[in-house]
Parts: sequence; structure tokens; C-alpha cells
Amino acid sequence: MSGPAKSPVRTARWSILLALLAGTPALAGGQDLAVTGGDVHTVSGGVLEGATVLVRDGIIVAVGRDVEVPAGVPTLDATGRVVTPGLFDATTSLGLVEVGMVSSTVDAQLQGDPVRAAFDVVDGINPRSVLIPVNRAAGLTTALSAPGGGLIAGQAAIIDLAGSSVGEMVVESRAAMVASFSAGAAGGARGGASLRLREVLDDARFWRENQAAFSEGRTRELSASRLDLEALAPVLDGETPLVVGVHRASDIEAVLRIAGEYGLDLVISGGEEAWMVADRIAAAGVPVILKPLTNSPGGFDRLGSRFDNATLLDRAGVDVVIGSFTSHNARWLVLEAGNAVRFGLPWDVALRAVTLAPARALGVADRYGSLEPGKVGNLVVWTGDPLELSTRAEAVVIRGAVTSLDHRQLELFRRYRELDVERPAFKGSGF
Amino acid sequence: MAKRRPRSRMASLLLAVFMASGCASGGNPPASGPGDSVTGEADRAEADRQLLNGTPNGAWESSYEPLASNPVLIRGGTIMTAAGEEIEGGDVLLVDGRIKSVGVGLDAPAGTAVIEADGRFVTPGIIDTHSHLGVYPSPSVEGMGEGNEATNPVTAEVWAEHGVWPQDPGFWRALAGGVTTLQSLPGSANLIGGRGVTLKLVPGRGATDMMFPGAPMGLKMACGENPKRVYASRGPSTRMGNVAGYREAFIRADKYRERWDEWLAGDRRADRPDRDLELETLAEVLRGNILIQNHCYRADDMLTMLELSHEFGFSIRSFHHATEAYKIRDRLAEENVGASVWVDWWGFKMEALDGIPQNLALLTEAGARAILHTDSGLEIQILNQNAARAMFAGRSAGIDVTRDQALRWITINAAWALGIDEETGSLEAGKAGDVVVWSGDPFSVYSRADQVFIDGAVVYDRSRTEGNPSSDFELGILPEAGQGGGR
Repeated sequence: MSGPAKSPVRTARWSILLALLAGTPALAGGQDLAVTGGDVHTVSGGVLEGATVLVRDGIIVAVGRDVEVPAGVPTLDATGRVVTPGLFDATTSLGLVEVGMVSSTVDAQLQGDPVRAAFDVVDGINPRSVLIPVNRAAGLTTALSAPGGGLIAGQAAIIDLAGSSVGEMVVESRAAMVASFSAGAAGGARGGASLRLREVLDDARFWRENQAAFSEGRTRELSASRLDLEALAPVLDGETPLVVGVHRASDIEAVLRIAGEYGLDLVISGGEEAWMVADRIAAAGVPVILKPLTNSPGGFDRLGSRFDNATLLDRAGVDVVIGSFTSHNARWLVLEAGNAVRFGLPWDVALRAVTLAPARALGVADRYGSLEPGKVGNLVVWTGDPLELSTRAEAVVIRGAVTSLDHRQLELFRRYRELDVERPAFKGSGF
Repeated sequence: MAKRRPRSRMASLLLAVFMASGCASGGNPPASGPGDSVTGEADRAEADRQLLNGTPNGAWESSYEPLASNPVLIRGGTIMTAAGEEIEGGDVLLVDGRIKSVGVGLDAPAGTAVIEADGRFVTPGIIDTHSHLGVYPSPSVEGMGEGNEATNPVTAEVWAEHGVWPQDPGFWRALAGGVTTLQSLPGSANLIGGRGVTLKLVPGRGATDMMFPGAPMGLKMACGENPKRVYASRGPSTRMGNVAGYREAFIRADKYRERWDEWLAGDRRADRPDRDLELETLAEVLRGNILIQNHCYRADDMLTMLELSHEFGFSIRSFHHATEAYKIRDRLAEENVGASVWVDWWGFKMEALDGIPQNLALLTEAGARAILHTDSGLEIQILNQNAARAMFAGRSAGIDVTRDQALRWITINAAWALGIDEETGSLEAGKAGDVVVWSGDPFSVYSRADQVFIDGAVVYDRSRTEGNPSSDFELGILPEAGQGGGR
């Protein structure tokens, strides 16, 4: 997947857009589908009642009330239903974790030095993870699969939750650099975290400008490995977003300063006390990924944690992204969004916060997050208000393909639905 | 399909002993002085009774006092009683801290305050059988963790109430979510982790000020992975070791109980037995006076624990977490053992792999005691939403769960698991005035608790900016935090 081009980092990306331009198969698994008659929440262009979303080869080509469905295109009747873009969770490690406490099934965290910028999760993603269909059945179509731990945890990938190979699933590898700003991240003091962050960014800049000299051993020693420094180059360019887990208001300000100094494309994650510095975040144009159901003063870095954080940030003009901050239950994304509404966030902002806002924060809004021509055909047909507890996803479409809503938990349910037999182990599928 | 073994009824035998000792102390004249052999005997019997109650010399008794309250009529709401059909346009009358009546068009005595509940919903106060609020409080930092006495696999001698921090800010967040009662439990590091305590969410300066009067104590036990991981180097390091550990402890406890019961029954052939804090707790379990709250995920682990309970003749009140309870729901129903479960936590460790969102619905359908618990300072604030999620998960899988059944998961069934169902957990005349008025349907994500009553007094009112409980810890620590009502 890498080639002889100038920047190994950029060519290593798997980009649907590039693939399209190159005339290679448009979109892995891309199919034709017309979803007809639903109340379509486009997110980018209001609500169209009784409208059709037409997908060709996995890409939306038309959205509207007067869309003609070409002969041969399968249709999905969504009359009386609510249609939204597929949900997008920017806070998972989907594909990288199977059983939380079984370390051999967890590939989200590299041990060792706090700086692991070169760590790329892609080769660790398991398309057959049982977590994927469980969460897809609840309307999740796209996720950032992110590493964790350390000061700079590594590089996250955006995946669609369909496909039997990593190549099919990955929307964008190296989609974001993930970091964490806290006392524990490097050396036991916040100053240590900022020191190390600045040092490694300085060295990455130095390395980029002195690659030849570095290769010949004619430079001073640098604070991170060549691969780490190389991985940070697109972050320094502002081309790859830096997603920083940060909580205390003053820590957020520190991260804003660093991002300003280096011209980084910053995304704040966590942000429990973000509401306290909302104006500064808004002025910097930095989005905040947060978990609305967070209100405990669980540590001294989040004493200001409150349920209406999202509401206050939105009012200040900050782009709010809602995350589940889990992998097994990324399906709680709608629960989180609904609770944000309970505490004052406008409903349409909450829907945007789980669709278009994450796509924008992660730089893929040209292809993801809303229902409009040119975007990937990821959508969900809901039985009602998607944020309400009584609603369920009736159909989940990824790249124009209607996905299976079955998964391991439903297999367990079916096996134990009736206990009229002595030995349930003989029920259902097996070897 | 299960083999049945008759359970021995030591509890009933001992009940007779209590009543005898209780009558002895109550029926005798006050102590007239040292040396009076009859009074000395009565005092000793009273002291023995207090030992069994866990209140030697009257220490450790609940010092809970309900807040002062005036009669209140909650009028014209949708009344969800957890005792049957919903009542549209119904009323709940609270007098002297109790539910005086529930119905339509109730008359209220003069001077009764009226809360118009038109368009709003009224439920019993919500109850969580599994919380660590107080023992694992916020902030979760050095010096504050009290939940696991992880120095020995069996620590039946420790009591959660001795670790409960009444200033945990989590209590008042739970209250604002409609929770009126919770059980604060020791953690699950140990096979036998210690006694749990049931608390009312009314502020107090010490833990005893919050203790639910008359509530039995709980005993936290844990199966499976946690104890064997914590004690891997010294043992137990396997499920086999776990079970040997419980058995060894209960063998000692049974001997201890027997010696004490002989003494309590008036047998003076031996000296008065020495007190042993660990065995005192376990003997009370064997007598049926302390309710076992058993952290246990897997179906086979739960069946193992049922065997253990048969061996020693005690009953397990509720399994907790019980992600595989649905696999043995018939057995749980037969043995009248509750299952306190989440909606859909799963996969964080091997023994939690098979958790499914239909667990509660399947348990309910089978007639088992189904309870929704949280084990979480966050989720305790949305128990109503979680009940709804589990109800809809059941319904969408074709299990006909009623709204009343779903409400019971977080009210009367939880009260039963804590042994307080005669006192609270449903909207029925004579019960404590533990009531929540919701802004809308509590099974909607958009609804909020408007007022929370405990023993007839408004402890939380969303509309007021002052007067709701808060922790000392949060005073003056963050100037901006006082603004707004979103916390």
C-alpha cells in the first residue's frame, strides 16, 4: 500500500477518494439502494419528509422527494420511519479489543515509552470482532478505532463497520494522532507532559527539515525514534488532527496554547471542564468530543464535570461531538445524545454530534456524516426518534448495503429463549 | 431438571431464640442493681440480642431521622405504583411521612400542600441494590478507596458502614435521579468481602445517620475471576480454591453459631463463647438474619453457589451482575434467589462475555426476582432509563414485558432483595413516603425527576436553586461550578 511517492505517510493512507479518482472499484462493498418514503434527517440540509435517498455503488447520488429510482435498484421502504446518517463514534477501539481483561485480545495500547506516535492500529484491527455486529445493529456505521495510553498513544483509523477484511473496512488509516494530557501521561507532573510534548514536536519539526543529515548521523540526538518523528509530520502540517484527552480547564488551556504554537489541528476529547473555557475553545475553532453522561467530580482534574457541558459549549459556539467512550457498548451513543438533549442541547445539534460533527472533527466530512449527494451511503432507518429509548434501528445501511442485524448476543438469546430442553448446548449453530 | 435438597431451617429455630431473649428483656423490670441474678441474666440476654443484631451496647444502631414533613397531595398525575396497573389522573397523599392513600380524586385534610402533577408521572423512590457510593466515593483519589479490604480472601468482619463517607457527592447526584435508597457494598476482591449497608439518601454527618432503620445487613460475597486474580499469588487462584475458601469459612461459622446458639438457648455447660467478628457475621448469615448479596457472573458459578447454600443451609438473597442469569432463570425462580443485573454491560472480562440485554426480560418471564442494579455512580442516576432500555430490549425480542414489571426492577424487587419491601418500593397505603414526581414518562430519555420525597419530605426539588443536598467537598472548590442546574 505504500509507494515511492514523496511522503510515505500520506501515500500509506487508504483513501476512498483517491481510489475513486484512480478509477479503482469505487467503494469496497458499495451497492445500489433506494431508501424510500422516510422522514430523512439529512443533518446538512434539514428534514425532508417522505423523501428518497438514492445510493449508487455505495455513494449517495440523490436525496429528495422527487428522486426517480432507476430500474434494477433495490428499494427499502422507510415510509413512516425516520432516516438519519449512520452514527459515527469517534471514541472507540472497535476491532482492537475483544475481551477487556484478556490482554491477548486487546491491541489498543502499546507499552513502553510514553511517546508512541508511530504506532498505527490498522494491522491490529480484527474485522471479525463480535463487538462490530453488536454495535452496528444499534445504528453505528462508522467509528474511529483509537489507541490509548501514554502521552502520544498512536494513530487511529476510521472504519466502516462492514467488511470481512481490514482493507474493506478502513475509511482512513492514520486518521488522527491520539494523545493524552495529564500528570500521569509523562513523568508524574503536568509540566512533564507539556515538556515532552513540545520536545517531541520540536524534534519532529527538526527531523523533517534535516532528514538527510539525520540519516547520515550528522544531527544531535532526538527525543523520539525516527518513525515517531515521521509520524508526527502530518500533525505538524495540521493535516492530521491531534485528538487530545484532556479534562481540567487549565489543562485545556495549556493544550490550546501548545496547539496554537505549533499550528496543530486540535480536537479536545473528554473535556469535562471545557464549559469553563468555552469561549477560548470556540475562538480557537477547536471541536470537543465529550460524553454527556458525565457529572461526577471523580478526580481533581474534573471537579467541574456536569451534565450540561455539551449545552454550554454549543451555546458558546463550540462544535460538539458526542462519544460513547466505550467499545463494547458504543451502542450507547444514542443514549448519550438523548441525555444531552435532556440537559438542554437542541435535538438537531445532538444528532449532528453523532453524525456530521465527528466527521468534521476528523476531516472526513467530505464523505461522511450527512445525507447528501457525493457522500458515502451510510444510513439508518429508525422506528422513531433515534434518541428515544423506545426506538430501535430497523435497517442499517453501510455503503449502500443493507447489513445483517444479527450478532452473537442474539444467538445466545435464541439458544436460551426456551428452557424446555435439558441441554441448551444442543440448540442453535455449532461446529 | 434440578435436584432438590430440603433446606434446613436454622433461621426459624433461631427466630424462636430471639423472641425468647427479646421477651426476656422486654418483660422484666428495669435493672435494680448489680448482683441481681435475674436482672443480670436479662441484661446479658439483651446484650446477646444486641450482639446478634450487630448493635452491641446499642452502638451502630441507625440514627436516621426523617426530615420534617407536612401533608402533601400529589394530584392528577400518571401514577406508576409498582403494584399493578398505572392510574391515569391519579393522586398520592402523603401524611406523617407515610403514603396515606393512592387513587383518583382523593380528599386531603385541610392544610395539605398540593402538587399539581398533570402531565407528570409519579413512581416509588428508586432503589439500587448494588452501589459503592460512600465506600468508593468521588473524588476517586489516594486516601478515599474503602471498598475492598483486600488483605485476606475472607473478611466477613468488615462493615461497609465503617467506610461510608457521607460527603460522597455521588449520593446527591443519585438523589436527583430519583433514587431514595441504596445498598452500599464492599467490593468484590474477596470471597467474602464484608457487610453491606442500606442507606436512605438523606444527608447526615455520619453513616449511621443515613442507615435505613430496620433494614437487614447484607453480606458481600464474590465468585469467579476477581478473588482468584487478587489472590493469585497466595490463593485462592482458581475457582476450586474459591469454593474451598467459602466452605472452610462456613464450616468454622457453623461451629461458632452452634456454640453461641446453645449459649443463647440457656445452655450454661460451657463458658460464654468468645466473640469473633468474622464468624459473628457468618453465623448471622446462617441464621438468616444477614442477606447474602453475591457477585457472580456465570451460570455455572451461580449453580455452584446454590450447591454451597444447600450444604450449609443458608439462602442467597440475590446474585449480582449475573450476566448469565437468563441461562438458569428457572432455577433462580425455583429457589427464590434474586438476580441484580445490568441492562447490557458485557465483554469486559471472560465471565461477562455472555451478557445480553434481554436478561431482565427473560428473568421476569420466568417468574424470577429480576432486579436492575448499577454498580455505578453514573448509571444510578439513570436507573429509570435503563429499566426502559431493558424493557424495550425484551419487547423487541418478542417478550411481553409490562411497564409495571419494568418499574419493579428498580423499586419493589430491589426492595425485596434488601429485605425492606414491607417498608418501601411501591406506592401503597401504609408504606414510607418515598416518591418521585417526574417531568414526564420516566421511560423516556428526556424526562427528569422534578421532586424526590423521602419519608414524605421533599429532599430534592429540581426547581429550587437552594436547599437541595450537596457535599461539603464541593463547597468553594470550584467557583464556577455553583452556576446553573446541570449538575
